[in-house]
Amino acid sequence: MLEQKISTRDAYGKVLVELGRRYPELVVLDADLSKSTKTSEFAKHYPERFFDMGIAEQNMMGTAAGLALAGKIPCASTFAVFATGRAYDQIRNAIAYPGLNVKIVASHAGITVGEDGATHQSIEDISLMRTLPNMTVIVPADAVETAQAVTAAVEMRGPCYIRLGRPAVPVILRDDYRFQLGKAAVLKEGKDAVVFAAGIMVHKAFEAASVLEAEGVEVAVVNVSTIKPLDRETIVKWAKKTRAVVTAEEHSIYGGLGSAVAEVLGEEYPVPVIRVGIKDRFGESGSPDELLTAFQLNTDSVVNAIKKAVCEKSRIAC
Amino acid sequence: MTEPQEELIRELEAKAKTIRKDIIKMLAEAGSGHPGGSLSSVEIVTALYFNVLRLKPEEPLWQDRDRFILSKGHAAPVLYAALAERGFFPVDELLTLRKLGSRLQGHPAWGMLPGVEASTGSLGQGLSIGLGMALAGRLDQRDYRVYVLLGDGESQEGQVWEAAMAAAHYRAGNLTAILDYNGLQIDGPIEKVMSPLPLPDKWRAFGWEVREVDGHNFRDLLTAFDWAKGVKDKPSMIIAHTIKGKGVSFMEGMVDWHGKAPNQKLADQALEEIGAGS
Repeated sequence: MLEQKISTRDAYGKVLVELGRRYPELVVLDADLSKSTKTSEFAKHYPERFFDMGIAEQNMMGTAAGLALAGKIPCASTFAVFATGRAYDQIRNAIAYPGLNVKIVASHAGITVGEDGATHQSIEDISLMRTLPNMTVIVPADAVETAQAVTAAVEMRGPCYIRLGRPAVPVILRDDYRFQLGKAAVLKEGKDAVVFAAGIMVHKAFEAASVLEAEGVEVAVVNVSTIKPLDRETIVKWAKKTRAVVTAEEHSIYGGLGSAVAEVLGEEYPVPVIRVGIKDRFGESGSPDELLTAFQLNTDSVVNAIKKAVCEKSRIAC
Repeated sequence: MTEPQEELIRELEAKAKTIRKDIIKMLAEAGSGHPGGSLSSVEIVTALYFNVLRLKPEEPLWQDRDRFILSKGHAAPVLYAALAERGFFPVDELLTLRKLGSRLQGHPAWGMLPGVEASTGSLGQGLSIGLGMALAGRLDQRDYRVYVLLGDGESQEGQVWEAAMAAAHYRAGNLTAILDYNGLQIDGPIEKVMSPLPLPDKWRAFGWEVREVDGHNFRDLLTAFDWAKGVKDKPSMIIAHTIKGKGVSFMEGMVDWHGKAPNQKLADQALEEIGAGS
């Protein structure tokens, strides 16, 4: 694994400039956080196509809807908690209901926001966006996938939510990785258990798989970066192969990837599903790494979850 | 500015009468809906669709068309009636309002019915959408104009003021809002429920050019729309003083007719009154 660390928001800022060159109809909106979301890069290159809407997220989403109705491809960015929570009704009624071509690209998702604490740590954004008809939901695993996912979002028609993070995170995917919208990527095979992971937890899942490999447990790692539409086929296939399932996400265990996987498997192939995620509580201040440990989102937590799933499988088998 | 011609005014008055009748028929057939705020904005919407807006009903997505957004989406019947009478879809279809499978949803839904420019109904959102269209028009160097009809009760929504601030900030001279100032909302007079007054001062303070008109007088309205086209560097607001339920004696000024449909007997009475009215 490479040692290089880049934040997904930095990758977003960079790819936006490239996309701005390729797509003259691309416009970008931000709510006074352009230096943090990295849309400031686009603003520098294309000032006439950048709109700072001030600290007014509801109006930003509505304005993005109007720009889309007039043929533009708007990317609206702010922190995930404000994008999806503060402006939920605007996203629901002005963007998702008519199925408009607006890309909501939100940064600072999850508890790795760190020291700012619970008000700024979005733990429910995937849930909010996933429940809206017409909405596509993408959680890239690293900088490589972010660049490809943002490009795919701009090139598809319809509303899309992309969840990005604040801290620099390991680049785990190689340059020849190809993001496919709606497809989960099997990054590592294994017969004893499977981890369906998203975002920064893909890296933790890899680490957990290496730890268990030493103990003779073969763990598959699947990157479920498109959370909606969910790749049901791949999820059922790997549940069947391993019959021990773990989900891992930096999000509430309610309504996110864990729920989505459990919904599919409950209907199509019931097996033990252990969810690694934030267990129905708000975040708090601390460094990102401290918080990942405190909230049981570290490598050890994934290892323990895998062991529990494998144990459940054998219990059921007996 | 030329004085609007008498003949045009007479035509618009006749058209307004037809649209009022359409509204009553639609609501009676649907058995639910919002007559009060539909009737108060009949002259505003009629003036727009039959004189002010640059449109091609046969080509509803024509790129250079003027855009109209009904931000107070519960007044959908007045929009649907105007679109049908202007030729966007058959007038017969008006009677499908609010029925299963109809393109005439309870509140306007974009992408279903030709001429509907945005999905509205959750109050406070239309002005932001209009601003987006206005900004896009400027980027594309197109000279279309965007009109947004707001309710006075709707002005209690914070998003309206976010949009007001942003439209002035971006000097959206191609954006005009019209306020249907009928003074009533579901729970009572707006000043008693949650006063948004003084409206003209607030809009001026937010950086808009403001004009007040009699919202049932076509001469006033056409003159104001002409004035708005001349405001180049700022968004413009036309505050239209109106009467809720206008044109039907038992609905005029009555809060109870905000959101209930007339039964057939009352609908017949309303249609007779509208027909007899000057």
